[in-house]
Amino acid sequence: MKKLKITPIKDGTVIDHITSGFAVKVLHILRIPESTSSVVSVAMNVKSKIGKKDIVKVENRELDTKEVDKIALIAPKATINIIRDYEVAEKHKVHLPAEIVGIVKCSNPTCISNAKEPVKSRFLLVSDDPPCIKCYYCERETEDIAERII
Amino acid sequence: MDFKNRDVISIKDFSKEEIIYVINYAKKMMPYAKGEKHIDILKGKILSTLFFEPSTRTRLSFESAMNRLGGRVIGFADPNATSQKKGESLADTIRMADSYSDVIVIRHPQEGAARLSTEFAESPVLNAGDGAGHHPTQCLLDLFTIVTEKKKIKGDKIVLLGDLKYGRTVHSLAYALSLLGAELSFVSPESLKMPKEIINECKEQGPEPSSTSNLEKAVKDADVLYVTRIQRERFPDAEEYNRVVGTYKVDINLLKYAKEDLIIMHPLPRVVEIDPEVDKTPHALYFKQAFNGVPVRMALLSLILGDRQL
Ligand SMILES: Nc1ncnc2c1ncn2[C@@H]1O[C@H](COP(=O)(O)OP(=O)(O)OP(=O)(O)O)[C@@H](O)[C@H]1O
Ligand SMILES: [Mg+2]
Ligand SMILES: [Zn+2]
Repeated sequence: MKKLKITPIKDGTVIDHITSGFAVKVLHILRIPESTSSVVSVAMNVKSKIGKKDIVKVENRELDTKEVDKIALIAPKATINIIRDYEVAEKHKVHLPAEIVGIVKCSNPTCISNAKEPVKSRFLLVSDDPPCIKCYYCERETEDIAERII
Repeated sequence: MDFKNRDVISIKDFSKEEIIYVINYAKKMMPYAKGEKHIDILKGKILSTLFFEPSTRTRLSFESAMNRLGGRVIGFADPNATSQKKGESLADTIRMADSYSDVIVIRHPQEGAARLSTEFAESPVLNAGDGAGHHPTQCLLDLFTIVTEKKKIKGDKIVLLGDLKYGRTVHSLAYALSLLGAELSFVSPESLKMPKEIINECKEQGPEPSSTSNLEKAVKDADVLYVTRIQRERFPDAEEYNRVVGTYKVDINLLKYAKEDLIIMHPLPRVVEIDPEVDKTPHALYFKQAFNGVPVRMALLSLILGDRQL
């Protein structure tokens, strides 16, 4: 028997195993509340096998790749569960692509990618967990990734 | 080995074999660089020099190199005289230069500027310094200088002195010297030490470098002493700066500890790191080093642009 502290959703997405403390950042990435009028529930500091975690559940919403990549940058252990008709229809662990384009701003203020040039920011993946990325232009590793997500 | 139309952004764009090839080719360029012999293998080609930041040696030696090869040069040394001033993007400036020339040399205050330029140019782009980023032709000419003076780099004891923390060019140099088998020793004030990542990178390429704050000890058995500038801005106050600069100053006194054939190098401009007294000694190689920018840049330009080679 599933024991749910919050009302089950019929269709939508459950983002599970979010690094505890980052649920609000995830909501931000999903542009909630602006982007949806459906039910959203958030659980923070939930006890789990790997310590405390946060969970975000959004009804009537499936995430696009960009959103998933952004989540991977702040919560590398997150799982995306797609719920259809009350059941977990698909489950994916987030993972970062080798190249991350247009979703993070370089933390180096004098990097050319921060100037008004017609290019998207571009990073190479150094490590998934903890997330570490290196700017393709200035070659610096980005500090405070969570603060740099566009 | 194919150099044709290649961009040169970082020394890491080259393999060890390619670096050696360029150095050897630069040796052949020597009499032409000095104007003793003449060639025109780049006749009809145009180089643009886009200097968004001041430079003396790099720009002049690139221009000299292109002229010595029979090519021509256009460009600017003062961005205030260009549309940049009106807010034109670097991308647009590059598109223009690309349509007016066959190769672009760029110096820019922002890191990554040269890399970005490659996206807007058909012609090859050569990085002549991007802020705190790379300066690969400086690195090549440093390597060339050591090879010409010492006949080899493998096994040479090379001391890198000064600001080893912030100077990216000294990071590339350390990497390249390790790749070529030099035994490095890093000498710097505590607050300007070589970053761990760079030391690890050196270890992966070649012999394990050593670090010390004792210059006299390091100089004793050194073959090459490479001096870099310590910038005033790195220190909280004038007193601390003066103390550090005094401790690491290269003067006649220090040279008492040195081997007879020690060579002293410096990318220039030097300020107070090397006492002018040292200029007169046979150890002083920095002016010759600056000249070496010409044959090295000739070699690169020729390999990248030339339809035929020497
Ligand atoms: N209909 C639903 N409405 C709301 N949440 C749901 C629904 N179905 C499952 N969940 C939640 O989705 C997450 C994944 O469900 P699942 O049944 O796969 O759990 P699990 O076996 O613990 O998975 P994991 O191995 O990823 O931890 C859990 O947090 C669960 O509470
Ligand atoms: Mg679970
Ligand atoms: Zn950058």
